[in-house]
Amino acid sequence: MNLVSKHAIWWLLTVVGVFSLGIVALSRGETINALWIITAAVAIYLVAYRYYSLYIADKVMQLDPTRATPAVRHNDGLDYVPTNKYVLFGHHFAAIAGAGPLVGPVLAAQMGYLPGTLWLIVGVVLAGAVQDFMVLFVSTRRDGRSLGDLVKSELGLVPGMIALVGTFVIMVIILAVLALIVVKALAASPWGTFTVAATIVIAMFMGVYSRFIRPGRVGEISMIGIVLLIASIVIGGQVAHSPTWAPLFTFDAKQLSWMLIIYGFVASVLPVWLLLAPRDYLSTFLKIGTIVGLALAMVFVAPNLRMPAVTQFVDGTGPAWSGSLFPFIFITIACGAVSGFHALIASGTTPKLLDNEKNARMIGYGAMLMESFVAIMAIVTASVIDPGVFFAMNSPAAIIGTTVQGAAQVISQWGFIITPDVLIQVAKDVGENTILSRAGGAPTLAVGMAQIFSQVIGGQAMMAFWYHFAILFEALFILTACDAGTRAGRFMLQDLLGSFVPSFKRTNSWTASLTATGLCVAAWGYILYQGVVDPLGGINSLWPLFGISNQMLASVALMLCTVVLFKMKRQKYAWVTILPTSWLLICTLAAGWEKVFDANPKIGFLALADKFQAAVDKGVLLAPAKSLEQMKQIVFNNYLDAALAVFFIFVVVSMLYYTVIACIKALREDKITSCELPYVAIPAAAV
Amino acid sequence: MLFNDLSTVGKYLGQAARQMVGLPDYQTYVRHRRLTHPDLPVMTEIEFFRDRQEARYGSGRSGGCC
Repeated sequence: MNLVSKHAIWWLLTVVGVFSLGIVALSRGETINALWIITAAVAIYLVAYRYYSLYIADKVMQLDPTRATPAVRHNDGLDYVPTNKYVLFGHHFAAIAGAGPLVGPVLAAQMGYLPGTLWLIVGVVLAGAVQDFMVLFVSTRRDGRSLGDLVKSELGLVPGMIALVGTFVIMVIILAVLALIVVKALAASPWGTFTVAATIVIAMFMGVYSRFIRPGRVGEISMIGIVLLIASIVIGGQVAHSPTWAPLFTFDAKQLSWMLIIYGFVASVLPVWLLLAPRDYLSTFLKIGTIVGLALAMVFVAPNLRMPAVTQFVDGTGPAWSGSLFPFIFITIACGAVSGFHALIASGTTPKLLDNEKNARMIGYGAMLMESFVAIMAIVTASVIDPGVFFAMNSPAAIIGTTVQGAAQVISQWGFIITPDVLIQVAKDVGENTILSRAGGAPTLAVGMAQIFSQVIGGQAMMAFWYHFAILFEALFILTACDAGTRAGRFMLQDLLGSFVPSFKRTNSWTASLTATGLCVAAWGYILYQGVVDPLGGINSLWPLFGISNQMLASVALMLCTVVLFKMKRQKYAWVTILPTSWLLICTLAAGWEKVFDANPKIGFLALADKFQAAVDKGVLLAPAKSLEQMKQIVFNNYLDAALAVFFIFVVVSMLYYTVIACIKALREDKITSCELPYVAIPAAAV
Repeated sequence: MLFNDLSTVGKYLGQAARQMVGLPDYQTYVRHRRLTHPDLPVMTEIEFFRDRQEARYGSGRSGGCC
């Protein structure tokens, strides 16, 4: 009887979740409310947390609440501090959630809301949250060491090096694609450009304030910063309407990408207190605040979904990005379903702050469920706007042209009826000159958020404010990621090059750090620039590369966890990691292969290179290239993209090889061989 | 009672916000130093803030998630 009542509420929740998901999945033709998706997701997350994560904690990991964590053993009040679990949850969530879970789902919405939603829910429960939780566990049992270190000690030196190089390349691609999102959002938008430029000045003011005027008053200066940000959005509106000021802040994509490249270099060599730290305060608090605000607004507004459940573009002919449902939806949505990047965080600061092993479940599994929820909100937000507007914003000019008349005609032919007037009106509502061809997720999300927020505060009149607020909110943490990432990339590079040229390791040497910073910025800057001049709009080539690399890192992390389980002699539970690993391997390899070799130039890099090469041979110019020189550049860029995809395939396949070898070796041993640190009990005083 | 709970919640929210940007609790640090190394000097609150800022951003921590 007790048993029944204990589980009854969870049965009820399961029924609610499955019923809501049924409504979402089976409705055809009639509009459904966004709350059905949200209810389905939340109910399934809760049930998965209650049962599946408990199973992993108790049976697979056998978490031991009496075992001392690194935070307890090395407690120094600084890097290693046993931290309250709710406080640590906030820290970990703020570290894992960024632009990824907001952008991927928006792009995935071109196939309708259903495929993305299903992958987000199933993916997070069986893959993403499992990965974060497992890596946190593995790292916690090894003094909070980093992913590269863990791979080295459990799998060997060579796979460790491969993982390190792989991580660096991923970093470069992430930075390029994030910068591309900002470029797409700010191109020909004086309002947006002004506010983003203002954040740099505001952050520097905050830096000086918290360094010299009132040191350490983070809360206070962040409040001041946020007020100034809001003021800059308001002033931005004036700037955009001023005939003298607007041209000063109007740039095309190429100019913006050069500015970002220079910015990335300068920002990452400035002292951290001046720009990076204060902007991180702003972006972190604004991010958390906006996510909470969006969740509340969504429940309050309860919008209807206007995007169909499934569009015709599941066949791979979509305008924002090409490729069929399998495997491309599974790499388009990385963050929110499963993201390899989290493995770096779960083996970074979080394990050094964990007060007790048993809390790894809430932090590792729980925070990832939360991120998935953010991604669900993003796909919902993209689906509440008019599908015609969605496709106008996400199709490159090569497909829909550059006039609203042409765009409306093409998009209406696809079955998403839209008039030129609506496209003009939407642009006017959000205070922009045009909304055409702004692929990259951020602007689309901003239009959706503006529609939702303006129904709560301000109505139609506030649309433009909310749109630029949303753009600013994304640009802010993308810029933070750009200079923090450039710094991180620089240290990785110094570390890697230092293995060959020892003088590179000296992080206090100006020559070494400026060279490494320059190389790092040049790497992502080049990829960014080629994305900007790409004939298919950049996102089409860069986002899949990003997705493939991120999922590749996730499969590396999950393979590491599999090896650890085998070495712990817990192979009968290893299906928990083998299942998501296999799926990720299938998806990344299939997607990687198609991106390289597919005969369709919209999908395959080599096919696109061949197409342009053939034209060069005939002396014909293909848009958007304006000279033979640019044609050759496009050919080269596509070979480069193909090489990157081949590199990722190589990393995955070689890691798989080393994993299988390590597992077989572990099976042959009759004792536990994992490199886990010996058990130390939590001292009675610390409990 | 309620007031007590609210101030506890407030304390944790403040701590959580600071921990999000890499600042651990200063009082915890002081207590820890006093308890374990009573003979060694303790950083002032400002030194502590600068030390943690440098530790979080200066060492090439990755820039959060994508």
